Formats: sequence, C-alpha cells, structure tokens
Amino acid sequence: MTSPGESHSPAKATEPSNRQEPSHNALTTSDSGGVMGDRVFSGLALLAGVAILITLAFVAIFLSFNSVGAVYREEEGLILRQFLEYAYPLVIGTLIASLIALVLATPVAVGVALYISHFSPPRLSKSIGYLIDLLAAIPSVVYGAWGMSFLGPALVPVYGWLHQHLGFIPLFAGNPSQTGRTIFTAGVVLGVMILPIITSVCREIFIQTPKLHEEAALALGATRWEMITMAVFPFARAGIISGVMLGLGRALGETMAVALVLSPGLLTASLISSGNSTIPAEIALGFPEAPPGSERQAQLIAIGLVLFVITLIVNMTARWIVNRHKDFSGAN
Amino acid sequence: MSKSITAKDLNVYYGDFLAVEGVNIEIAARSVTAFIGPSGCGKTTFLRSLNRMHEVLPGARVEGQLLLDDDDIYGPGVDPVTVRSMVGMVFQRPNPFPTMSIRDNVLAGYRLNGARMSKSQADGIVEGALRGANLWNEVKDRLDKPGSGLSGGQQQRLCIARTVAVKPEVILMDEPCSALDPISTLAIEDLISELQKEYTIVIVTHNMQQAARVSQKTAFFNIAGTGKPGKMIEYAETSTIFNNPTNQQTERYVSGKFG
Repeated sequence: MTSPGESHSPAKATEPSNRQEPSHNALTTSDSGGVMGDRVFSGLALLAGVAILITLAFVAIFLSFNSVGAVYREEEGLILRQFLEYAYPLVIGTLIASLIALVLATPVAVGVALYISHFSPPRLSKSIGYLIDLLAAIPSVVYGAWGMSFLGPALVPVYGWLHQHLGFIPLFAGNPSQTGRTIFTAGVVLGVMILPIITSVCREIFIQTPKLHEEAALALGATRWEMITMAVFPFARAGIISGVMLGLGRALGETMAVALVLSPGLLTASLISSGNSTIPAEIALGFPEAPPGSERQAQLIAIGLVLFVITLIVNMTARWIVNRHKDFSGAN
Repeated sequence: MSKSITAKDLNVYYGDFLAVEGVNIEIAARSVTAFIGPSGCGKTTFLRSLNRMHEVLPGARVEGQLLLDDDDIYGPGVDPVTVRSMVGMVFQRPNPFPTMSIRDNVLAGYRLNGARMSKSQADGIVEGALRGANLWNEVKDRLDKPGSGLSGGQQQRLCIARTVAVKPEVILMDEPCSALDPISTLAIEDLISELQKEYTIVIVTHNMQQAARVSQKTAFFNIAGTGKPGKMIEYAETSTIFNNPTNQQTERYVSGKFG
C-alpha cells in the first residue's frame, strides 16, 4: 500500500518541503460535518430542556402573581383564612373523586395488563391492547356526556339500594341523587378514563420482566400466579406506581368530564347525593362568569395554583416511593 | 431423596419442529452426568424437558417416556409444578430475585409450599442451604442485603442454595459456569462434587475439561445439520467418552476437531 513517495521518505527527509510536514497530526483530521452536527444537536437538546423549565416557571409565576388578589385585600390585609375556607372543600372533593377513580381503576388495569402480558394467547393480546389504547383516544367531553346521560341514571337504583342498606355509613347517608350526577359517578367516569393509561404503562413493564427471573420462579415449582407475585410484581413495582401516578395526575386535572357529570354543591361526606365539587370543574364553570381582574378571578387562579401544588406533591411522592427501594430494583 | 431418571425413545417437539430425537438414557441416582456437544445440538432442550421447563415456550411437547424413578414425568394428570419442585434447575446466568434479600432468595422456593415456619426454623433452613452451597461464611453478615449485590460466582451459589433449600430429588444445571471466572467456576465444581452425595445432578457444559472433572458419565449430543433434530450420539463413562469413544463423531468432538 505504500506509495512511491513514502518509500523514499528517508532520503527526502532533509528537504525543506518535508520538514514542514511534522506539524501535521493525523489524529486532528476529522469529519467537521459530524462535529458540527454534534454541536447543533447538543444545543437543541439543551434548548428543549431549558424550554420546559421556562414554561414551568412562567406557569408558576403567572399563577402566583394573579392569585394575590384572592389572599390579600387592601382594606383588610391578608385574608388567608377566607381563601382556605373557600378552597378546602374543593381540594377534598378533588381528592375524593380521584381516589374513587384510582381505587376502581388500579386493580382492573393491573389485571388487564397481566392478562395481556402473561395469560392471553398472543393473537388475542394484541387486539385487546388495541382496544385499550382506543379507550384512551376517546375525548373527555364524550366521557362526560356518557357519564351524564347514561352512567348517572343507570347508577340511581344502586344509590338507592346503598342508601337503604348501608345508610348508617356516612358515605351513603343523605338523600340519594335522583339524577345520579354525584361525586361517585364522576369518580367512576374518571376511573374509566384513567384505565387505559395505567393499563398500558403496566403492560409495557410486565412484558419487560426478565425471562431469567420468571424461569427462576417456575423452576422452583411456582405456579403461574406465584411466578407473577415472585418475579413480575417486584420487578414492575416502580412501573405500576408511575402508571398509577400518571392516572392520578389525569384524574386530578380532568375538567370536562367532571364539569358535565357532577352537579356541584357544598362539601358533604355522602358520595351518593348531589354536592361536592372539584377544582378543575369549579374553575371551568366559574371562569366565564368572573370579570377580568376581579377578586373572583383571582380566587379561581389561586385555586388553580393549589391544584398545581397538589399535582407536584403527588409526583414527588411517587418518585420518592420509587427511589426508596433502589437497591432492590434489580437495576444494579 | 435423590431419584434416577430414565428416558425411553424420547422425542422433544416445539410445535411441529422435532428438536431432539430418540433419546434413551438411564441416569443413576446420586451421580453427576454431563451433557456435551456443539451449540444447537439439543442438549439444553433435553435438559429442560427433564423438569418440563421447555414448556414455557408455546407448543412444546414430548413423545416417549421420561421416568423419575418409576413415575412418568409426562404422565396424564401430572402437574409440571410438582415436577419442578422435585427437579430443580440452575441456569446459565445467575438469576437471584433482585428485589429479595439473600435470606428471602434462599427461602423463596420454600415459601411456595405455603408452609408457615417460625423465624428460628427459617434461620435453620437459610443457614443449612447456604452452608450446603459453600456460601454461608461469605454472606452470613449481610443476609438482609439484596442478592443482586453479590459477585457473579456468589450469585450462582446463591441460586444453588435456593434450589437446594426445597430439597429436590434431582438438580439440573444448564451451563452453570459459563458466565463465571475460573475461581468461581472452581468453587461451583467443588460444590457439585459435594452435592452429588445427596442429589442426582445433570449438567450441560461447553467446557469439556469441566465435564471430565465433575462427571462420572457423559452423554455426547450432535446434530446432523440446521433444521435437523439433535440426537444423543454416545453415552458412557466419562473416561471412556474422553479417552476411548466408540463413535467417530464423539472422537472428533472431544479431540477438538470440530465444535
């Protein structure tokens, strides 16, 4: 491969033209287009990361700035107590509706995901997966309409029965709603809405369970269910939690469906009579009627800030739970 | 404890594909038997058919008879779960349950029986199994730490301890040392010769020196070509297989001419 010029190099080494050559390092020549591409890409990635922070900061600043009017009045000074009295029923209503949704959706979602990943014949699992994903594609206003005009009335006899037989429990006390537009109905609708999110997160994580661990359990004489509790669930724990938290995030913030289903009212312990409201529904229903710059608008924005903080806490708690058992996660 | 295994004209299928054909073998109780052969020759498939582990793949089935002492492993009404609790298995890559502590890993199989046990009973089982796997002295101070924090060789011995804890009749080992360094390999081999006093051991290995070191009998498997079924070519005393094989294919394989 040596060229004729190179083979004579020892003889030519004394020539001036060749003495300039040693400054040329073969390792410095590289493909400058690639270097440029690298720089552009890292710049874009940085920009994307910063954009998220900026957006988040703007939202937080906007919410805080505009909600001052809800907690401070020039004549009276700080009116925190008044705001809290307004806010706490809404916070509790939001949490109740989300909790009902989670309690209903989580076991079903985990079960469906498990069926798809470990029990169903391969061909069936695909089509069930598509169906579940389709459930996620339905707009929330459709869910709201369905909850208001179908599910609510369908649940009326159930509420009647619950009131009659379990009325001594505060949850089922009070007058059962005749339209079915209660916080419980809203919770059920929310449950159906978050089902696909939790299911698809769980399914993804269940499928990724290492074959090695599944076989380890089977080889010890585990039945399929025991294998799932020994190998699949521990591996998927963090994934299930993040799926549930994603679902909770959606349930907390869901506006349209709740605004349509629920006929809002004062806070009450009863799940089956009309009453209660959630933060998103309150904002959606109240905002069009609040004059710009008024105290009412500030109040609605402030309650939005509260929702923002709740969601933040939920997410941080989820991260904390996931990280707590890092040693045992199998990632090491 | 410890039972013999007899295969009579055993064919192993995956769907319509015949993976292993016509195996006849008698594996004595309390012995070490090695399966050797080139990759894809069906030795692992045959090994996995011994505790019905190959059935995790859909469509897997067998023809012929496979007896554990006198009981047909594939007899009607036999639950693979029962078979696997009597025929334990150690895998190629160490696979302790990552979410469990060392202690819980050892007890994992035991707990499947649903038997309630006191803490002292459990401690006894853990210590016995870990001692049996030559691991006790290395881990006795950190039984509550995750099993995945151990070295590869220690993890593999933990897996053996977990298998031994359920007191199986037979232990199958699928290339148990192929992911380990020579020192850990030596530790496992020492362990195998000790376990042999109580258990029937069948080991698949790519390492012919290992087969020569640990086993009394060796079976050589080979395959005629891709898509053809694997067959057991020769089964004899280990010394015969390595020094004086009757079959020419065996001779070519053990002398390193192919594979």
